Parts: sequence; C-alpha cells; structure tokens
Amino acid sequence: MKWIIEFLLSSLGKKLIMSLTGLFLCLFLVVHMLGNLQLFLPSPEGMPEGYVFNMYAYHMTHSSLIKIISYGNYFFILLHALQGILITVYNRKAKGGKYQGKGVSDTAAKMASRNMIFLGVLLLAFIGLHMYQFWAQMHFNSEMPVMAGIIEDGEEVKDLFAIVSVAFKQPWVVIVYLISLLALALHLVHGFWSAFQTMGLSNNKYGPIIRFVAMAYAILIPLGFATMPIVFFLFY
Amino acid sequence: MAHENIKVNLYVWRQNGPNDPNAGIKVYSDLEINTHMSFLEMLDVLNTHIIENKDKYPEGPVAFEHDCREGICGACSLVINGRPHGPMQGTTTCQLHMRHFNNGDNIYIEPFKAKAFPMIKDLVVDRSSFDKIIQAGGYISVNTGGTPDGNAVPVPQDVSSEAMDAAACIGCGACVAACPNASAMLFTSAKVSHLGLLPQGKTEAAIRVKRMVSQMDNEGFGLCSNVGACEADCPKEISINNIARMNRAYISSTFTNDH
Repeated sequence: MKWIIEFLLSSLGKKLIMSLTGLFLCLFLVVHMLGNLQLFLPSPEGMPEGYVFNMYAYHMTHSSLIKIISYGNYFFILLHALQGILITVYNRKAKGGKYQGKGVSDTAAKMASRNMIFLGVLLLAFIGLHMYQFWAQMHFNSEMPVMAGIIEDGEEVKDLFAIVSVAFKQPWVVIVYLISLLALALHLVHGFWSAFQTMGLSNNKYGPIIRFVAMAYAILIPLGFATMPIVFFLFY
Repeated sequence: MAHENIKVNLYVWRQNGPNDPNAGIKVYSDLEINTHMSFLEMLDVLNTHIIENKDKYPEGPVAFEHDCREGICGACSLVINGRPHGPMQGTTTCQLHMRHFNNGDNIYIEPFKAKAFPMIKDLVVDRSSFDKIIQAGGYISVNTGGTPDGNAVPVPQDVSSEAMDAAACIGCGACVAACPNASAMLFTSAKVSHLGLLPQGKTEAAIRVKRMVSQMDNEGFGLCSNVGACEADCPKEISINNIARMNRAYISSTFTNDH
C-alpha cells in the first residue's frame, strides 16, 4: 500500500489526480450539455411547454444510479479544485518571486495555461451560483412550480423549465453565464490537452491530434451551453 | 557588418550574499559597448568600468557565472528582460550578441529564480540540485573487463537521434527559470529520455525514472502545469515531448513493476 501513497504524493501522482478528475469532468460536461439541450425539444401533443426537459429532470433526480454518479461528480469537482489550489500554493512557493524584466516567451505559454487557477476559481464560483439557481431549487424549494396535470409514479413533476426560462430572462444572469463559459473554454483548451500530456499520452504522433480535439472540444462544449441562455433570453 | 557602438542602460540585480536585506535592482546608465560583443563580454566591460570607478560603485563588480562561452557547458545563466538566456531562440547567454539590442535600450538582468536554486550572490545561484538529480539516477551499468566492441550493441538511427536530441540538454536550468512554477521537469525528463531510450540505459530505466523524479521532488521544484515556457526558452530547444515520455515511464514503472 505504501507505494500507492508514495505515488499519489509524488509530483507526478498529484498531477495525475488533476488529469484524471479533469477528464471525468470533461465527460460529465458532454452528458450535462446533451441532457440540457432537451430544453429545446418540442413537447408532445397536448403536453405543457418544456415537458421533455422536465421529465428528463424528474428521472435524473429519481434514479439511484444517477445519484451515485452525481456524488462521484461532486467529489471529483471538489478534489480537482482542492488539489489545484494546493498545487498552485506549492508552486508559488517553489518559484519565489517574479522577474522585473517583462519579456515573455512568445513561442509557447498561452494565456490560458498560465491562468488555470484564476479560471478554475472563477468556474468554482460559477458552479456555486449555478447549483443554487437550479439544483438547490429542485431539491430544497418547497414552493417549486409543478407542471399542471402531469403525474409520474404518483408524484407531481417539478417545472424546472419554468425556473430556467425565468432565470435566463435576466440580463445579468445571461452575462455571468457567458463570461463563465468563456472561462470554461479557456480552462478546457489547456486542461484537455494537459491531461493527456500528464498521462504521458502525448508525443509527435498523437500530440497534434490531442491539441485539435482539445480545441474542438473547448469550442463546441461552451458553445452548446451558451445556446441556452442566449436563446432563452432572446426568444422565450 | 557595421562596427557600431551603442549605449545601454543596465538594470542589474545586486545582492551581496543569500540574505542581503538591501538586495534589488541597481541601474548602470549609459554604458558604451560594441555591438560585436557577446552579452557576457558586455558584462566584463561593465565590471571593468565598476572596478575602475571604485569610489562611485562601492558595491564592487557584478558576480555572474560563465565557463566555455561557446554555448555548450551550461554554466552561464541570467534572466535577460524577463527571459532566461535572453530574447533569442535556442541561444545561450554567452552566444547572445549585443547586435540584437538597440542604442538606449533598458536591459533587465536578473538571476534565475527558484527555491531549489538558492541565491549565492548577485546573478549567481546554486544549481547543485540538478547535480543531485543526476546522482540519483543519471548513470548506466557497464561490464567490467576488456574494451567492448564499439558496434556490439545495435542502436536504430531514429532512437539514436531522439536520444541525442534529449542529450543536447546542457543542464543550465533555464527551464526552471522560465517556468512559472519553477519545475525541473524538462531537465529531468531530458536526462531520463536520453539514457532510457538507448539500449545501454535500459537496465536501470524503470528505477532511474523513479529515483530521479523523487530526487527532483525532494529538491523543492514546483509541479509541471504544461505551460511550455521551458521548451520555448531552452537554449537547446529540448521538446516537452520528453516530459510526456517521462510521465509515461514513471506511471508504467510504478504500476508494472513488482517492487
């Protein structure tokens, strides 16, 4: 057992934790985005607006499998954040100060890679807001609106669609979401590639492919999420 | 090429010993230098000027490291205008020439900054943490006895080139100085790759990577965040592919060995 602890506490082990938790969260983002895009699906004949999305939300909150995965997800978010903060603090100490000369190498060292902690803390704050706005309402708000006349397994189905459409009618919410999604894009473009580099999977052959996929992923995922506040703000 | 003299203003980090409370940038204005000089020759001129005007400069000459002055030994260091070894790609400080600077330029000259490179004096830092990483695993086993046949061990050309690219590392520490985390991953991975790729170095490959990484951690270097500043500022242009290779070797050595 000692070797596992030694490995996890080594510099490379610590980085591998960042890498694997980060990739799990990348996978989560895909599922989360696809699930939430159901906001745009038309309701079946005679059903209220947002029926498909609300039924999806109902089943997500009533499945024990999803419950286990979601606890894993919260844990990985916290682990990723905590580990990231600890590493940053350690690294700042290891550096021992900045240079007064202002030149920065121009061939590499993109802005995102140097600001992962800043972007990460911003995203953590956003996750807090986001969960308060929707997750907490779904779980703890006793006055949550329900879909009129829809009963599933003898229970009323909560109208999360209504909460979403009200939230995204407020300009500040839309602006905060779009800024956070931009931060997400920057965090992902470095993080996605970086995860593979840390696992040792990047080389001359795979490196360019991983960078391309990272770029595509970092554009498509935030863009997919951004459609929701934008479309709701403009058209609903 | 024109023989030209220019005047530069030097902003030099002065520090009289590891714990000098008055450490900081001191400005030496209007130093006249020839554009054919190397950066270190320019510092020689500065020091001559300081020594000749002892009364004006009680702090004495600037301490800096140098040895071969032809870009192969790794002794020279310096962060010039915020970049280790200055602004030129793939160039050591000793091979950087003053023709790349303009008349009236302000040039910041600072020591490499990292906790694992403790300050000695002015621009000189103690880079022996690199030696300790080498001592931890930078060796190979050889048979005793008669001189071996030079061609007894076949080495494929592409492997030899790859190992040679990694072996180009002169151990100057610019990677650590460039890294926002003061990580020594590029140096360590270059050494691990250089020895581990070649058949002669395979015997210790698995244990070498563990020992060298563990020594690197003990020296207090930061953790790599894959920024790539090391690769950009490395005077020998060592690729960060070596870092991925070392990560791979470390993970596989941890999980596939029985010890």
